[in-house]
Amino acid sequence: MVSKTRKPKVVHKPAFTDGAEFSIATFQLLKQDGTLYKGAKAPDLEKDQALRIYRAMVYTRVLDERMLAAQRQGRLSFYMQCTGEEAAVIGSTAALDDADMIMAQYREQGALVYRGFTTDEFMNQMFGNEEDYGKGRQMPIHYGSSELNYMTISSPLATQIPQATGYAYGQKLAGEGHCTIVYFGEGAASEGDFHAALNMAAVHRVPVIFLCRNNGYAISTPAAEQFAADGVAPRAYGYKMDVIRVDGNDILAMFEATRQARRLAVEDNRPVLIEAMSYRLAAHSSSDDPSGYRSKDEEQIWRDKDPILRMKAWLQAADWWSDDDEKQLQENYRREVLETMKRAQKRPPPPLDSLVSDVYQEVTPELARQLDNLKAHIRKYPDAYPKTAEQAKGGA
Amino acid sequence: MAKMNMLQAINDALDIAMAENERVLCFGEDVGIFGGVFRATSNLQQKYGKARCFNTPLVEQGIIGFANGLAAQGSVAVAEIQFADYIFPAFDQIVNESAKFRYRSGNLFNVGGLTIRAPYGGGIAGGLYHSQSPEAYFAHTPGLKVVVPRNPHQAKGLLLASIHDPNPVLFFEPKRLYRASTGEVPEEEYRLPLGQAEVVKEGTDITLLAWGAQMEVLTQAVELAEKEGISCEVIDLRTILPWDVETVADSVFKTGRLLISHEAPLTGGFAGEIAATIQERCFLYLESPIARVTGLDTPFPLALEKEYLPDHLKVFEAIRASVEF
Repeated sequence: MVSKTRKPKVVHKPAFTDGAEFSIATFQLLKQDGTLYKGAKAPDLEKDQALRIYRAMVYTRVLDERMLAAQRQGRLSFYMQCTGEEAAVIGSTAALDDADMIMAQYREQGALVYRGFTTDEFMNQMFGNEEDYGKGRQMPIHYGSSELNYMTISSPLATQIPQATGYAYGQKLAGEGHCTIVYFGEGAASEGDFHAALNMAAVHRVPVIFLCRNNGYAISTPAAEQFAADGVAPRAYGYKMDVIRVDGNDILAMFEATRQARRLAVEDNRPVLIEAMSYRLAAHSSSDDPSGYRSKDEEQIWRDKDPILRMKAWLQAADWWSDDDEKQLQENYRREVLETMKRAQKRPPPPLDSLVSDVYQEVTPELARQLDNLKAHIRKYPDAYPKTAEQAKGGA
Repeated sequence: MAKMNMLQAINDALDIAMAENERVLCFGEDVGIFGGVFRATSNLQQKYGKARCFNTPLVEQGIIGFANGLAAQGSVAVAEIQFADYIFPAFDQIVNESAKFRYRSGNLFNVGGLTIRAPYGGGIAGGLYHSQSPEAYFAHTPGLKVVVPRNPHQAKGLLLASIHDPNPVLFFEPKRLYRASTGEVPEEEYRLPLGQAEVVKEGTDITLLAWGAQMEVLTQAVELAEKEGISCEVIDLRTILPWDVETVADSVFKTGRLLISHEAPLTGGFAGEIAATIQERCFLYLESPIARVTGLDTPFPLALEKEYLPDHLKVFEAIRASVEF
């Protein structure tokens, strides 16, 4: 197809460019002290929603602290914290319609918190008990909720990005005015799936928002060793896609940028890339130790930019929040998380039959045969399989 | 009934699926106005519009990633990979995503609406990268279905069944037969069962098992064998995963001998899986070792393609060796 864009400019001497003429500014509204930058205008955010956002941020921080501690105590096999990136995740989710689809990478529990995932639901997944929607099949933090339009997490990085393009294409055809947001880190943006997804979204004009959490590190690899370019944002030019770089620790900027991105996506079928500049204050996961690859001084620079403290200062300046409110909220959340964790830990594991269900919509004869054989084996050695010995008795 | 070649039968199946459900979408490289490099999607864009039948950028991992998302959203995604040899950039999306979508979410989400079509197989002077038969890679992945038709009638009925099946299906089309295989095909919609082999010819001395284009080779070999008085039972496996153990085992109980043939290399080929299962099920009934007649353990050659392929003479020799064992 012949391009309908402007006639290409022609020169008769070789002229190279490295794109340095494009420089992408960072969108900021809120200073760390809770006041707005000069000339900045706060988005239209009602008190109720502002507090819903703030509570979700605090809850996420509390959940992360408690669950990491639980992991250290040996109660949980694995955990991943969102610490430092709460505004990037929750500010963007809050700017969507709750019916919009979220496809997350793995560090976006804050989006689920905002949408109303309960503490029980978090815990059931992490402990892989019989009430886990995922039937105990995935490692902790691989949440999913069809009710809350949050696609179940899968560990392979970036696979969710072209899926978001496809999902949003379906939403566009359905014509109900919904879009998809897809989260990923700056490291995952090096995967081929990222490029495939952005290109396809731009070509097919799909209502999808690509939200890159540039948190500085892919496990231990710093962004400077991930790409030579100025972050991820400039790649959007190559796909002719709208792009904005945002201070990811600025809840108001994240909210406003995503609100406007959503309008471009849904009303004009223009996909958007948002690069949220932030910092992963915690380790990559409970299996990682950042002291091996970065300094405490560097971390402190970002602790001083804490997105939750920044929003709190803004709420207090508006007189929407007090220190008493804060104390009460934190205590409530800590208690709720601890009590719910204890209950979830005691729930039994998923039934033995769930080992072979959901591979296909129906259990195949071969899988039924393999399950029968397994049950016979467990009946023979019940002490070796204490979780399922009782259930295996029911076998033929 | 109408006389069709395999491409026409496939095109007809896609047409029927798109006509009856507006959520059925066909896409891939060159499948739009051009109708695909083999023309399997001819006229679909003209008939159903660019939103439902369209070209994608040249990126297989993107096509299948997109298709997974589309299917998860509730659409019926029929994605074409131009040659099965080029499916490997999408291996991650197929093996880690399509296959595990339902399981990992505890059935909250699924991509049951996904069908991936890809022409496979040799015999067209395609060399290394237009000839491969990659079914065994995918047969090692629970959650997928893998289907291969042998003629136009089978292609239409199995493709419609694949599109309607509530699980992700890989549908490998024997491109050597696209135009070479013709036959009577019902004009209306019909579906053939997945997961069921078909006994296409009954016999008593040996069971011959294959799928796709290799069925034609078996037929030629049977002609030679029967001239020598060897009665052959011929089975088309049709679905590689999950495969129909019962039909094959029942046949081997009767004949006491099994020969499996595929174009893909010997080592790690699906014939090995079948042989292991059947010797377990039919051990005391077997009169001879289970024979495998396959491609060599080499990349697919070009100039010596004829030598590489498991042709009817190689099959015939293996039949005779099995019967005379």
